[in-house]
Amino acid sequence: MIEIKDLHKSYKMGNNKLHVLKGLNFSIAEGELVAIMGSSGSGKSTLLNILGMLDELDEGSYTLDGVPIKNLNETKAAQYRNKFLGFVFQSFNLINYKSAMENVALPLYYQKVPRKEREEKALKYLGQVGLKEWADHLPNELSGGQKQRVAIARAMAAEPKVLLADEPTGALDSKTSYEVMDLIQKINDNGNTILVVTHEEDIAHMCKRIVHLKDGVIVEDKMVEQVRAEQYV
Amino acid sequence: MFNKDRWKEILEVLTSNWFRTILTAFGVFWGIFILIILLSAGKGLENGIMQDFGDIATNTMFMWSRTTTKTYKGLPKGRSFLFKTDDVQAIRDKVPNLRFISPRNQLGGFNGANNVVRGLKTGAYNVYGDYPEIIKQDPMTITSGRFLNYNDINEKRKIAIIGEGVKDGLYNRGEEVVGSYIKIQGVNFMVVGTYKKKSNDGDGEEGQKEIFVPFTSFSQAFNRGNDVGWMAITANDGTSITSIKDKIMSVVKENRKVHPDDQRAVGHFDLYEQFQRVQSLFGALRFIAYFVGILVLLSGVIGVSNIMLIVVKERTKEIGIRRALGEDPWSIKLQILMESIFLTIISGMAGITLGAMVIYAINSLLDMNGPVDMFANPSVSLSVVIGALAILIVSGLLAGFIPAQSAIKVRPIDALRTE
Repeated sequence: MIEIKDLHKSYKMGNNKLHVLKGLNFSIAEGELVAIMGSSGSGKSTLLNILGMLDELDEGSYTLDGVPIKNLNETKAAQYRNKFLGFVFQSFNLINYKSAMENVALPLYYQKVPRKEREEKALKYLGQVGLKEWADHLPNELSGGQKQRVAIARAMAAEPKVLLADEPTGALDSKTSYEVMDLIQKINDNGNTILVVTHEEDIAHMCKRIVHLKDGVIVEDKMVEQVRAEQYV
Repeated sequence: MFNKDRWKEILEVLTSNWFRTILTAFGVFWGIFILIILLSAGKGLENGIMQDFGDIATNTMFMWSRTTTKTYKGLPKGRSFLFKTDDVQAIRDKVPNLRFISPRNQLGGFNGANNVVRGLKTGAYNVYGDYPEIIKQDPMTITSGRFLNYNDINEKRKIAIIGEGVKDGLYNRGEEVVGSYIKIQGVNFMVVGTYKKKSNDGDGEEGQKEIFVPFTSFSQAFNRGNDVGWMAITANDGTSITSIKDKIMSVVKENRKVHPDDQRAVGHFDLYEQFQRVQSLFGALRFIAYFVGILVLLSGVIGVSNIMLIVVKERTKEIGIRRALGEDPWSIKLQILMESIFLTIISGMAGITLGAMVIYAINSLLDMNGPVDMFANPSVSLSVVIGALAILIVSGLLAGFIPAQSAIKVRPIDALRTE
């Protein structure tokens, strides 16, 4: 599903060049639930941004579902993001003046799905994250966990190939974190490919595979016994 | 562009901060309001002055003979001469694009002696020998009976059309005018009609005290032979009389054996030239109105642009999210542009509406208090309003352009980083 070869990325900081990613190689198969771990500055967010087509790679190649991702203009990148990827952010990033349902329907709107169908689908996905009765509420009327669940519903609404989650539990207490992870596990159980960036050990162990980044290189890539989040909920 | 969701979003954005939206809108509102008011005030002045010109055909010159100042073909200088009726035909043959040529003769004049008698009443009036076309050059309204026609000319009928002022002077109230007789310098003429002229440059009174008789009857009755006192010549629309008047005068000079370079032998008054002068003054006024109005509008537009930039800045994160979710950058650009155009047009419409209401109020004030000198019926034409709308749309586009550009320059990754 995701294929990365010899990926390099550096940033210019004034006169200094900061080499963030130093030749990464890895691939993710369909249906995997992968945690990318590392301390801050290890390059995990940069990696996620490149995978999410929010940032461009300097060297190497990136293939997503057989499509080479390179030299995209903004319009094309937007199309690919919409079609291939779902994003979940640490700070939820819901649009404040839109209701939960409108937020979930947004990616569908960009796909030019007709209004009625959009709303039906949005309600369906809100139902899946258990927030059907909150559909008409604005984000600031929801708790953190609820917001993240809306964000996950939104990410799933466009039926993407890969779900990218950047510290999805970073702003939540542990109980809510487990609820969110439970949800992510269940989505994975349905066969969706999910990438979770985290620095929390327990969250990482709820995935099936852990990729450890340090100073821009992969130091460890191992399969783990998945801990089900259900038991903590 | 016309989908419901986009409009919903535009309204949501603009209504999320009412106070700011209204302040921003005020700039554009005020600009277009000033533009409308200035233009309509200019138009009011123009209408006022144009009213003084009356309905007179403005593409007209008047031409009369004076004394020669150069010897020519054995004739001495200082010789008086008169135009003849064959000059009219000569002009008609040799100068194209003329609409009317009216030879005229005249009796009486300013402070003239009494020359018209009816029963016991007498009066001093201007009496003109004219062709029927004169009514098109110097328009008047026939209030009873009829005006001259070519049968009158051909049969040299002794008939007269008198002004309302003449009627007041020679008749008692309620007396039947048409069919009665008046005596002009001892010759009886039957009155066949009365007219009324629109006020014409303060001569309103004088204009009503004229008597028109057929040119041919006039010549015969008052021993003018083939003489022509002066001529009123109107050119076709699209040809200015100013451009062909030299040609006309040279034809007459040749016919009357006047030296071609004798500038003072033929006098003329070019109404069109005067009219053009006044017209160019209004042109200048209009230019000033547009200039000032558009500058004021421009500052309003800059205000809109400014606020849109702030809106974009405020929504950086939102724009980033939307792009991460896969919104086309063009769609974002369109969104910002439409917000800007929408705001500009709405506030502009409000300005136009208020401007129109103020004009309406001034008009009804003018109507109530009677006419004012040099100012009448201030108004803006529909084409000006449509023009103003076009200006608004363009300025809305301009106002939104820079903010929209900066909105799509936001890279989603940077936008999402702003916490």
